[in-house]
Amino acid sequence: MSTTPHPQVRASTSAEASHSGVWVGIFAITMSFVAFTSALFVREGTSGDWAHLTLPTILYWNTLALIASSFTLEMSRRSIFVGREFRSGVERAGSGWLIVTLALGLVFVAGQLAAWSQLSAQGLYLATNPNSSFFYVLTAAHALHVLGGILAMAWLVRLRLGRLTTMRRRTFESTAIYWHFMGALWIYLLIILRTKL
Amino acid sequence: MDQPSVQPAPVHAPPQGFLWKYVFSLDHKTIGKQYYGLALVAVFIGMGLSWLMRFHLVWPNKAIPGLELISKVGAPGGVITPEYYLSLLTMHGTLMVFFVLTNAPFAAFGNYFLPIQIGAEDMAFPRFNMMSFWVTFSAFLVLVLAFFIPDGPPISGWTAYAPMSAVGSDAGPGLGWGQNLWAISIALFCAGSLLGALNFIATTIDLRAKGMTFMRMPICTWAWFITSCIALLAFAVLLPACILLILDRTAGTSFFIPSGLVVSDKLQPHSGGSPLLWQHLFWFFGHPEVYIAILPAAGIVSHILINSMRKPLLSAKVIIYSMMSIGFLSYMVWGHHMFLSGMNPVSALAFSFPTLTITIPATLLTLIWIGSLYGANLRLDAASLFALGFISMFVTGGVSGFFLAQPSLDIYLHGTYFVVGHFHMVMGVAAIFGVFSATYFWFGKMTGHMMNETLGRLHFWFTFIGTYCIFMPFHYLGLVGNIRRYSSFVDDFMGPLMPLHKFITIAALITGASQFIFLFNLIYSRFKGPKAPDNPWQATSLEWTVSSPPPWNNFGDKHPIVYHDPYQYGVKGSKGDYIMQDSPEQSTGSA
Amino acid sequence: MGKFFAVVLVIIALASAYPIVTHKYVPPVDISTHGHSIDEQLADTMAEAGLAFLGAQLLLAFFIWKFSGRKEGERVSAIPGGARIMVAAAFILVGTEVLALGVFGQKAWAAVYFTPPAADALQVQAQAGQFAFYFRYPGPDGKFGPLHPDKIDEGNANFFGLDPANDVEARDDVVAAEMAIPVNKEIHLLMHAKDVGHSFYVRELRIQQDFVPGLDLSLHFTATKIGKYEIVCTQLCGLGHYNMKAYLNVLSQEDFDKWMKEKISEQ
Repeated sequence: MSTTPHPQVRASTSAEASHSGVWVGIFAITMSFVAFTSALFVREGTSGDWAHLTLPTILYWNTLALIASSFTLEMSRRSIFVGREFRSGVERAGSGWLIVTLALGLVFVAGQLAAWSQLSAQGLYLATNPNSSFFYVLTAAHALHVLGGILAMAWLVRLRLGRLTTMRRRTFESTAIYWHFMGALWIYLLIILRTKL
Repeated sequence: MDQPSVQPAPVHAPPQGFLWKYVFSLDHKTIGKQYYGLALVAVFIGMGLSWLMRFHLVWPNKAIPGLELISKVGAPGGVITPEYYLSLLTMHGTLMVFFVLTNAPFAAFGNYFLPIQIGAEDMAFPRFNMMSFWVTFSAFLVLVLAFFIPDGPPISGWTAYAPMSAVGSDAGPGLGWGQNLWAISIALFCAGSLLGALNFIATTIDLRAKGMTFMRMPICTWAWFITSCIALLAFAVLLPACILLILDRTAGTSFFIPSGLVVSDKLQPHSGGSPLLWQHLFWFFGHPEVYIAILPAAGIVSHILINSMRKPLLSAKVIIYSMMSIGFLSYMVWGHHMFLSGMNPVSALAFSFPTLTITIPATLLTLIWIGSLYGANLRLDAASLFALGFISMFVTGGVSGFFLAQPSLDIYLHGTYFVVGHFHMVMGVAAIFGVFSATYFWFGKMTGHMMNETLGRLHFWFTFIGTYCIFMPFHYLGLVGNIRRYSSFVDDFMGPLMPLHKFITIAALITGASQFIFLFNLIYSRFKGPKAPDNPWQATSLEWTVSSPPPWNNFGDKHPIVYHDPYQYGVKGSKGDYIMQDSPEQSTGSA
Repeated sequence: MGKFFAVVLVIIALASAYPIVTHKYVPPVDISTHGHSIDEQLADTMAEAGLAFLGAQLLLAFFIWKFSGRKEGERVSAIPGGARIMVAAAFILVGTEVLALGVFGQKAWAAVYFTPPAADALQVQAQAGQFAFYFRYPGPDGKFGPLHPDKIDEGNANFFGLDPANDVEARDDVVAAEMAIPVNKEIHLLMHAKDVGHSFYVRELRIQQDFVPGLDLSLHFTATKIGKYEIVCTQLCGLGHYNMKAYLNVLSQEDFDKWMKEKISEQ
């Protein structure tokens, strides 16, 4: 057996294990948001200063962008794979859809920033009242995780377009699972924000 | 699920260059040693802090020469002020619980041995692994920085209860930037631990060698795996808590601070927050954390004991299932730290039941260990001495928990030295004994040099007797009502108790000094110790099938195939009374 | 060496048990009506824990003595009954003990927390602040005046932030630095935290409870012996935590009335 493995083979084990890794990571992230949610419930019940926060409408547009990005991600999956096998002869296909997904992710984050500036224009800052505190904390925490997903998406694009290394199926799948989770997490948070704040 | 889904393939190229080999290494073995080194530094600092505390308690007005150089404000003329005592106490607890007890038995030995014991070449995500160490290391630096800022380290204890920890410097010295650094440090530590736990879990699930079913994994591997699952959920809750605390402190939010507080004559500008919310979040992490501290040690002790007894435990399955139950139950009991906190008294009963129930798997572990000693052919050496000492300490620490689990008794015992005795026995002694046992057992494998046996035994006797002398009296002090976290004792009845406190302090100084025997042994043996053979203990698990230290990819060019569980002792095998896990031979009966 | 280990372990176990068995370190005399159930439970738990402790340590010592230092290649064997006995023992013995303590051990807890204070209990409010306790009695009108944190003025002994000028009920409130109570009378203690977390602990009363800023907590108890007892803070509250205490002065009803009269005239 050769002692210096081909660079392509180097990443194989990590890529394969990324499937378990991403689910474990999702579990941990979920637990963190459960902690934030329970803090919200407790804080609401603690004292009579729970106000009402009208969610900026741009939030719903951002939601559309994030949901759309899950669809475009699935479009890229279709161009790259047939079932679980790579499509043959189309080495760079799917990268277009991946770039759109990434762009939609960036649109989402930009939209969240816009939501924050709309709120602060109304005088609702981080410490104004408990509702605004939780709004900023929850949306910021989620957006940070989305940024992580965007970095992963960018990496996927690089792999797909790159000549030296190729994108492994598992790497795509793990990134996709994470990305869809970001969307699902956002839906959950939106419901919490809408019904509790 | 039992057979690994991943085909073995080289995980990373052999490292080249000093930085990549020794500093930013991707090799789990180097990373394990880095965690160990960090824990070693932290434990000696923590021990030094405890010396200062014990000294101050019995000789409060005596100057400690040189201390004023570390803190002019905290120890003017070398005499510790009440606030500096609390800073020492806070940093002692924080360093020991996080940087010693989470790092050494779990991150250090787990990183080093989990991949080898399951037959893998490295962890699933070597880059995450490297990052997790350096994030943990930066957490350490941030924490220690608190010693060197003008206002000093925080004085709120490792538990950092709100609102004192949240309102800022009005509440006392160290509660300005000191507390900020503490919160940032712990948040970083959470991130590092989460990455580490993720790695352990994915590796265990996916990278087991051919034939390495879950039930063929050594008990310590199981312990690391279960601990990672606990850690994943626990640290995922502490991180949000720290973030909310930092926001209360710096951004004017009121998650933990109610209205109307007058601190140092200043009406605080917060309102509506709940101090109990911090306690719930903290202890939801905090209780599983103490099982994160003890379970790896329990697993390591089981592993070493089997080898030292030359026979399997009565039932490895019972040990493993007991550990799983402890892990599961650990999430239901956090309120037993809060019986008197003002939370609904009915919930105290709700928390008391699962707390008492944990006694069952804990007793099972103890009965299996002790029961397995019957009929053993026990080899006594430094490693097994500490393993046996662990059992003794686990029993002692465990029975005092029995008192504290009952809310009625907690009314009297809460906040006394009884609690301090309890958690020092289980964490400060038992878990550390697990670390010592592991060190003597595995040092040869990790460095290629065996530790000195005589020094090891000397270290054991001093430590075993010494820690009993230090911590058993804590329980007596608690029974008479000696309050904890006091920098001086001015209660009316404390006079007659001072001789006992002096005894404890002297025992602590002697026992602490004897730890330098261990440190000397570590350093000396690393360079001058006798060469370590591949399998000095005639042990069965996979780490003993490779050289000491193992090659960079653990198994060279061979990928191990596993035929047995690691309990093939007391059987007829060609190499004596044991059969190694990767040996195809079957036992021909008991030896 | 195994024999040495066994001997050391036995000595440690017996030496640890000695002070307990000879009652060298015991809680102070109980002066409360509910404390006896705590003391009984403590004694029961100590007996069970003590047996478990001694049993385990002595068995460990015995096995180390017997099964170490044997000849190389000596046959190993398993204890009769194996794991099954251990599992049965853990579940049956420990399980019943756990249930018993869990169920029967509620008595003291229930006495303190699940019974409401008597209608004629004497109300006292305690305020904990860095680093002193102050106590307030409602005075002849039987009502406490409201608290105004912005009016706290320690220099002028307005520890609670009362506003007698505007609040009628506050005018006759009695504020003291020690907590005087009549013996054998139920006390309803209202607890208020001024700044950070504190705790109220009187060992002899077998009572302990945190002060939580923002929460109105209360306790009730009855003291049965006249005397002066320490109230100490047991929740880390800052640099003066070690010195934060007050005195509980349990007086005869006569002496208490005298004390109260004096205090009212001082206000």
